[in-house]
Amino acid sequence: MFRFSFFINSIKMNMRVSRIKLSSGISEPGLDVDLLLIDPVIERYKGKQGNLIPLLQGAQNIYGYIPKSVFDKISSETGLKKNDLYGVATFYAQFRLKPVGKVVVRVCHGTACHVQNATKITEDIQTFLNVKDGETTEDRLFTLESVACLGCCSLAPCMMIGDETFGKLNGKKAVEVVKNIKRKETLDNKPNQSKPELWKT
Amino acid sequence: MENVKIIVGLGSCGIAAGAGKVYDEIARIKEADNLTFDLAKTSCIGMCFREPLVEIIDETGSYLYGEVDVKRIDEIIEKHIVNFSPIKEYIVKSDQFDTPYKDYFDGQVKITLRNCGNIDPEHITEYENKSGYQAIKKITSEKVPPEDVIKSVMDSGIRGRGGAGFSTGMKWNFARNSKSDEKYIVCNADEGDPGAFMDRSVLEGDPHSVLEGMIICAYAIGANHGYIYCRAEYPLAVKRLNLAINQARERKYLGTNLFGIESFDFDIIVKEGAGAFVCGEETALMASIEGQRGMPRKRPPFPAVQGLWKKPTNINNVETFANIPWIILNGPAAYSQYGKEKNRGTKVFALTGKIKNGGLVEVPMGITIKDIIYKLGGGIIDDKKFKAVQLGGPSGGCIPEYLSDTPIDYESVTATGAIMGSGGMVVMDETTCMVDVARFFLDFTQKESCGKCTFCRIGTKRMLEILTRITQGEGREEDIPALEELATRIKDATLCGLGNSAPNPVLTTLKYFRNEYEAHIRDKKCPSLYCKKLLTYEVIPDKCTGCVVCKRGCPVGAIDGDKKVVHFIHQELCTKCGDCYSKCKFDAIKIY
Repeated sequence: MFRFSFFINSIKMNMRVSRIKLSSGISEPGLDVDLLLIDPVIERYKGKQGNLIPLLQGAQNIYGYIPKSVFDKISSETGLKKNDLYGVATFYAQFRLKPVGKVVVRVCHGTACHVQNATKITEDIQTFLNVKDGETTEDRLFTLESVACLGCCSLAPCMMIGDETFGKLNGKKAVEVVKNIKRKETLDNKPNQSKPELWKT
Repeated sequence: MENVKIIVGLGSCGIAAGAGKVYDEIARIKEADNLTFDLAKTSCIGMCFREPLVEIIDETGSYLYGEVDVKRIDEIIEKHIVNFSPIKEYIVKSDQFDTPYKDYFDGQVKITLRNCGNIDPEHITEYENKSGYQAIKKITSEKVPPEDVIKSVMDSGIRGRGGAGFSTGMKWNFARNSKSDEKYIVCNADEGDPGAFMDRSVLEGDPHSVLEGMIICAYAIGANHGYIYCRAEYPLAVKRLNLAINQARERKYLGTNLFGIESFDFDIIVKEGAGAFVCGEETALMASIEGQRGMPRKRPPFPAVQGLWKKPTNINNVETFANIPWIILNGPAAYSQYGKEKNRGTKVFALTGKIKNGGLVEVPMGITIKDIIYKLGGGIIDDKKFKAVQLGGPSGGCIPEYLSDTPIDYESVTATGAIMGSGGMVVMDETTCMVDVARFFLDFTQKESCGKCTFCRIGTKRMLEILTRITQGEGREEDIPALEELATRIKDATLCGLGNSAPNPVLTTLKYFRNEYEAHIRDKKCPSLYCKKLLTYEVIPDKCTGCVVCKRGCPVGAIDGDKKVVHFIHQELCTKCGDCYSKCKFDAIKIY
């Protein structure tokens, strides 16, 4: 929906940011953001042509999302306008302005998965986790997302959790997978923002 | 065992199906049992429906094993490698005997995918051994004038494989004729169409062929800088591209004064996209490389005149670039022997949906839809009735079963109302609701609209609302004319390909499946029994044994009935979850 907001002026964008602040206690944990971590990224791209998107991607790689204070820092150190940074960050689906859960569940909604009833998978996981699509659970363990296409069309319908793809699912099987992870994670009981890695070849 | 080689297919889909674990297991067995075979990696061969794939090459021939999991690999190594007896029932392809997949392989002509699944994409020597970088070496050593290179490309008849089908040779010519001190080449690898993954497969399986195509293009048009704009959702492709670029730099295929020609300078940078479908449109893509919001702009000026950083720019698709070295090396006539008239060469399609052999196929232009689906694709899953095929992703359209003799070429496909697009082919059977398919695509384009043009931004939203309403049983008589009017306005009043083509799925389904729309609106019924809100679940009294399984399972308590008494579903309570239908062992629940 944010895609339509190209004409939205900075006032509205500030509203968006404040909404993030208000939405729950977990978001924008200003104290947790270590601004020093972003220095090498700024150093690398400062003053270079077309650097805006790589800067934001770099920030998100570090923090898992782009905290407000990081926007401020990038803007003041590179001279890029905050307006442009927010504009780009809200345009592309990749960028997040809220922290994500420890485990990101990406349910594929490509065409092949859709005709094999991917809707039911999202619905059932929504019910199980008690979150809406795109939201994070209160314990910050799970974030549920819909993605356009994971490119594993022959395994449709599928979803991706961390580095693992689960194919040929139905609602029940998908919930079972999430349930198992939840059981395991609850035993460990250490939710944080680890980043999943791709299987290395 | 010295001459035995085991090759594991490690493309994204292979890895998703568990090929990584299989590779590790083979390595473990090799070490544990002290076996001496060679273990190698390759990428996707296109046979996604039988992943993970493992090929064994020994003195007697080559054997490709399908659906190899950790358990099965033990058995294969034990029987094939240790006891020299191949397990025929697991083998999907061999040069020694025919398999049930003979038609799937024989119907294909591999030019774009010539190396995919045959070489290790992470080693440049493997590409070089397959005549890699010979095309550019031939051009530069024979000092072929750039005009002649462009003429070869033009003579081959290749047209842009990204979807629009513009003559590649002509495009290069425009870029060559633009005068500027700096020119750019962009490879469009922002494969956003859900259901299309041929570009990913080429990038993961044969990245050097794309690089060589770009180097040849740079030579022909006189460009110094290249960009590959790749989807961030393809991490493996990005990784292998960067690896390939570094290897090419070491070999001096990229850099300055290339191939002994002074002032032939060219280098390539990979730019990762940030998740926006519209960035597949060339002007939006350039805006995104420049670090702005990816919004299309008006053309002219065309990129060949004023593109990236306001300099002349040539943009081609991954598949197009991958073909170029082959065309130069084998001559334009070898390429144009496939296909006819204005449609020459081969095209890769991604077959998905309700098809048995889902995966990638590369076929000569002009083959019919029917041949692809039945000969190569093996037909419909569970032998259900084939209903339609969606060609060209969200910008394309649905071609119905009775038009399945349509040849695959740019003009014939466009005449049906669909588009060739990047080559995604989603097959649908009798259980797919066409109104819901149209709603699905509109939902996609509506979300992906950049918002610049009013008719795309608001028009697609209104169309989506109408379609959603119809699938929920609240359709009105005036909805169909309203959809048609909106569709025409959106087509006329938008700037880019996304907006122009967004109404296609609705227009084609309205053209070929109007009766389904009418059934939804007038009878409040979904003929394909897909749209949940329009279904009715009922007990068939003759079949019901009164076993109470459905009654116990019903989450809302809508089923009444005692043991050994015919049950009854209270329609006003039923939420149409389908639980009773799937649980009944006696087929005593009917849906209509």
